[in-house]
Amino acid sequence: MQEVNWIALSIFVLLFGFISWLGFAAARWRRGDLDLLHEWGLGGRRFGTLITWFLLGGDLYTAYTFIAVPALAFGAGAVAFFAVPYTIVVYPFLFLVFSRIWSVCHKHGYITAGDFVRGRFDNRWLALAISVTGIVATMPYIALQLVGIQVVIGALGISGSGVAADLPLIIAFIVLAAFTYSSGLRAPASIAIVKDLLIYVTAFAAIIVIPIELGGFGKIFSAVPAKNLLLAVPGAHTTGAYSAYATLALGSAMALLLYPHSMTAILSASSGRAIRRNAAILPGYSLMLGILALFGFFAIAAGVDKLPEYAAGFAQFHNNFAVPALFLHSFPSWFVGVAFAAIGIGALVPAAIMSIAAANLYTRNIHREFINKNPTDKQESQMAKWVSLIVKLGALVFILFVPTEYAIQLQLLGGIWIIQTLPAVMLGAYTRWFNSWALLVGWAVGTYAGTAMAVAAHLKPAYPLEFGGYTFPGYSAFYTVILNLLLAIVLTPLFNAMSGQRAASDATSEADYLS
Amino acid sequence: MNDTQQRRGGWSPWYLLFIVEFIAVLWPPFYNSAEPYWIGIPYFYWYQMLWVLISAVITTVVYLATRD
Repeated sequence: MQEVNWIALSIFVLLFGFISWLGFAAARWRRGDLDLLHEWGLGGRRFGTLITWFLLGGDLYTAYTFIAVPALAFGAGAVAFFAVPYTIVVYPFLFLVFSRIWSVCHKHGYITAGDFVRGRFDNRWLALAISVTGIVATMPYIALQLVGIQVVIGALGISGSGVAADLPLIIAFIVLAAFTYSSGLRAPASIAIVKDLLIYVTAFAAIIVIPIELGGFGKIFSAVPAKNLLLAVPGAHTTGAYSAYATLALGSAMALLLYPHSMTAILSASSGRAIRRNAAILPGYSLMLGILALFGFFAIAAGVDKLPEYAAGFAQFHNNFAVPALFLHSFPSWFVGVAFAAIGIGALVPAAIMSIAAANLYTRNIHREFINKNPTDKQESQMAKWVSLIVKLGALVFILFVPTEYAIQLQLLGGIWIIQTLPAVMLGAYTRWFNSWALLVGWAVGTYAGTAMAVAAHLKPAYPLEFGGYTFPGYSAFYTVILNLLLAIVLTPLFNAMSGQRAASDATSEADYLS
Repeated sequence: MNDTQQRRGGWSPWYLLFIVEFIAVLWPPFYNSAEPYWIGIPYFYWYQMLWVLISAVITTVVYLATRD
């Protein structure tokens, strides 16, 4: 077993302490009345282009991504690079669709996707479906962020048995829960700035230093097994790895911004213009993600999995240990501390935003809609604070007592579920044409079919769809959202006719979407 | 609704530029090859990284062309 790396650990603890202080101090930043839900849960919608860049960047490109994408490159090669086209094609959606959604939500004081759908389609059951999907899809995502922290804590050489083994994670969790409760969205927004600077420093140091240590990119790529260097060329009668790669990228891009934590960060921006500008500057993070994916290959070339000092780490965390091992192998201890702090803090930002987003959904679209219809502002924000705690506690319990594989599989299913809200939310931003009950049926069938496909594919993202003697392996989420949409289109005229074609009620008007 | 709002929210032909990046990165036959290498990096990898930069330029162009 590796020994505790005291220098790295000290730097790590120091940086962690600093951002904990920052998280609490953030309550006074751009001060607002934290007894109002939009102040606690959206930072008062006051973040300009630059803060939104840090917040959305820290939110969408999570610590788990930074561990898992290079781990996939390390183990499976080229397929891991789907993260790059994925984070290219997501931005037209942000630019076109979500700036409209920002605008209508700003105009009407909506703070969740559920609020928007409720106002647009006047159907509280559809809004409930959207909200429950959001909460359920978010929970395993929070759990995965804690996995990110677990891996770096393990890599610092801290180990133990029983409660002692989990103590650092529990401490990190308590800090996270406390500053989220007291400062709301201002906490992750301020911490994101520190965390992102650390991540950028780490990534750019590694992309320069490690290839020099390893003798250049030519040597690195020649260490990658030939079959993993490129996508497998499809055989006869199948679109093979090509369609799997493309649909995984496109489907993930369609799903990403529908997640509650994306919505929360988008809605906290101060203007639609800040959203559109961010569509142009957020690719900075995509570039870094691509660089990080290459770290998986660096780890192969450095042969870290064959070094005895990292054997225990690989045994415990499998390929997720590739990047931490690479950093330990390539960097001086003090810089390892900086890099691991970047990953560990990187987990806190999205975890905080996700728990806030889930809390907003529960408070607005479930509690207020179905339980207490007329809460005071203070009751509403208090409820959200409590729910954010419960959500995080659930994630912690999950990580401590359930195998990590389940969190990963549930997160995969979460992507399939959240994409089913696309017709109501993203197309709803353009048209009120759909019948809300048709959208609800489409959502239900899409969710069911997507889950069934994922199970049939043994909880792998790509499902081998057979059609006309050909096989089209592709992302289940992508296939089933098309099914969902087709159903909504076919059923809309049918349901409208059955209900006697009443004029559709809509709390929003076309001008509300433009800003 | 005034004129600028109409232009902002309505359709703009500049949006068609986004289609270019979808085609460029979602059609793997365009880039699933090791040759040509660039500083030792296979084409597959540097092509997609390059498109991150091109997509950012495209979005900037669309933003500037359609802003109020």
